Amino acid sequence: MSTILSLPDQTTARVPKRNYLTNENGLLSWLLTGDHKRIAILYLISITFFFFIGGSLAGLIRLELLTPQSDLMASDTYNKVFTMHGVVMVFLFLVPSVPATLGNFLIPIMVGAKDLAFPKINLLSWYLYMAAGVMTLTAMITGGVDTGWTFTTPMSTHFSNTNVVTTGLGVFIAGFSSIFTGLNFIVTIHKMRAPGMTWFKLPLFVWSNYAASILMVLGTPVLAITLVLVVLERTIGIGVFDPTKGGDPILFQHLFWFYSHPAVYIMILPGMGVISEVISTFSRKRVFGYTAVAFSSVAIAVFGFFVWAHHMFIMGVSNYAVLVFSLLTMLVAVPTAIKIFNWAFTLYKGSITFETPMLYAFGFMGLLTIGGLTGVFLGASGTDIHLTETYFIVAHFHFVMVGGMLMAFLSGVHFWWPKMTGRMYPEKLSQLAAVVTFIGFNFTFFPQFLLGMLGMPRRYAAYPPEFQVLNVFSTAGATILGVGYLLPMIYLIWSLKYGAVAGNNPWQATGLEWQIQSPPLTENFTTIPVVTQDVYDYEWLERQKEHEVTHVG
Amino acid sequence: MEQQTETTSFGMWLFLLTEIMFFGGLFTAYLIYRNWYYPAFVAGSHTLNIFEGSLNTLVLITSSFTMAMGVWCAETKRHKGLVWSLIATLILGLGFLGIKADEYHEKYVLHHIPGSTFSPQGFIHPSAEAIKEGEKPLAPDMAAKTEVYFSLYFAMTGMHALHMIIGIALLCGMLAKAVRGGYMDGHIAFVENFGLYWHFVDIVWIFLFPLLYLISRHQ
Repeated sequence: MSTILSLPDQTTARVPKRNYLTNENGLLSWLLTGDHKRIAILYLISITFFFFIGGSLAGLIRLELLTPQSDLMASDTYNKVFTMHGVVMVFLFLVPSVPATLGNFLIPIMVGAKDLAFPKINLLSWYLYMAAGVMTLTAMITGGVDTGWTFTTPMSTHFSNTNVVTTGLGVFIAGFSSIFTGLNFIVTIHKMRAPGMTWFKLPLFVWSNYAASILMVLGTPVLAITLVLVVLERTIGIGVFDPTKGGDPILFQHLFWFYSHPAVYIMILPGMGVISEVISTFSRKRVFGYTAVAFSSVAIAVFGFFVWAHHMFIMGVSNYAVLVFSLLTMLVAVPTAIKIFNWAFTLYKGSITFETPMLYAFGFMGLLTIGGLTGVFLGASGTDIHLTETYFIVAHFHFVMVGGMLMAFLSGVHFWWPKMTGRMYPEKLSQLAAVVTFIGFNFTFFPQFLLGMLGMPRRYAAYPPEFQVLNVFSTAGATILGVGYLLPMIYLIWSLKYGAVAGNNPWQATGLEWQIQSPPLTENFTTIPVVTQDVYDYEWLERQKEHEVTHVG
Repeated sequence: MEQQTETTSFGMWLFLLTEIMFFGGLFTAYLIYRNWYYPAFVAGSHTLNIFEGSLNTLVLITSSFTMAMGVWCAETKRHKGLVWSLIATLILGLGFLGIKADEYHEKYVLHHIPGSTFSPQGFIHPSAEAIKEGEKPLAPDMAAKTEVYFSLYFAMTGMHALHMIIGIALLCGMLAKAVRGGYMDGHIAFVENFGLYWHFVDIVWIFLFPLLYLISRHQ
């Protein structure tokens, strides 16, 4: 199979001795670093840790659902397990996943800067993230929390006797970590672009992270104040959400979803950015309709703020509100479809090759489309009444978050792995992992659509025996999926020492990050780049190479 | 250098935007419940100490002025002026918190703190004095809703006070540096951004004061 991979001669090639990893040594040089690349690595290690915790909890859920009875664990243990799975995966993995790791690493380089605008605040955001993680783990170990990741009142304020306060404060702190990341990105993208780097020469990865940052900065504070009110209501008994005192639990829902719906786009938008880069590189073409794709990110961010009540159709909001929010929800499908179609047109007549990042990207496109279209079922108020609170909704958001975002995350990690570490991952094995993940994913979650249509409710440890066959499929699929996630974990660590030396630009890609050494120097660029070429300009890259050959040769 | 100042101030404005969203949640709750429980909100508002509230508004606006003077002194490299402006801001800030504490104490005496000790009795059976001033007794179910009003009162003023406390802590650090001759070398981004923060906290109060104390007074 053809490949665009071009590695330097392995007998003579070496990973550059001086780079951001070797610049300083010792634990303190990591814990006190201001270097965006090192902070990205710190984040990468921490979110992987929490991903595997969340993943193990998912494993327990699937194991319990293997049989119709609640036999592996009691119902209230099951409640705690799915709550912690949700809290860990949403707040400690998905929200920081691409922005805090790949975004942190790449955005300054992509805009041609030496670092983010506020390196110390960047480090602070990692410490806040870790504090949040430790608090959440403490809450989990000392008895867990059983409200669901949505902290629904009055369950969370009055009826649950689990660690709601600790978990709530953990999420509050995690929120500030993400506010600081978003703030740093916005300022960096506005103020620190290299000479010649205009807005419409920015890679689409930057655009989509910019859109996600707007959501982080505007949405997260609302979640923060909501959680403060929940904690105050639980501890001293104020009456903002308490119906016995005249408060309204629906108001909690409004405030919570005002953040948590945009949060869905915080999670997916950076992933869409990864896919734009990968699709362009592996079809050797400029992204079709660059401007449309760039603005569709911003449009998703804007529309994202006006659809939150579609989580509440059956919770007592007025019929007119349902009508309006249903219509607005349909509107979000438009910019998302713009992206999907433009990626498809980018592929059209491109010279496509099938390296691992591209396989994951194909997985992303298919699964996100299914996830997105089933979202339209749920946005339509009539079908929503039948489908909400069933496994259909579980399947829907897992198709978007796991099938979409996690695929994009893995695609990005593979794509930029040579840049981050200077070494290649093993190609054949990783292609296998991508395929295994795709198969495992579909086995796990497709049956859940059917279960939901048949009426199996979510969040119960036991279910009627007629649902067992599909649940067994789902659990078996989860096992395959688990293997799919463990494989990269193993071979990526292996590649740190034994992988082939990657060279500066193994993919022949056009971004600024590929024109510098891998792994990059601490200061990224020896001289500040002046950008004259267009974005995704593969002809410019060819000319560069010819130029080098004639001059060096 | 100028680029750097511009960058930090842009970052600060963005941060203040997040703060607006943070308080925005509370203001939304206030607007909704005010519409629902209008008589309870009017009655609750009447029990607030308008004198102390107005005095606090004056104190806070003055502190904003002294802070603005501080920023100006830092820009024009007036060491003494900066130190004295910061001291004045600090004293006024502490004064605000002191007066606020006295108001909170008043609520405690009246059993107006939400939670287990809350009692709406004063709204069902107003004192003879209050009735003379035109206060009307509330039906017990509406009187109970004053707890929502006081929940919001404490959440909003409490969050505001928390911002004041954080501000005062930062102010102390800044003052310590200014006394030792800091900020005279043109690196005054911190002073400027703190100034923005302080004015922001002031502006939040400018919205809280009429919403909580004033707009139902004439009823």
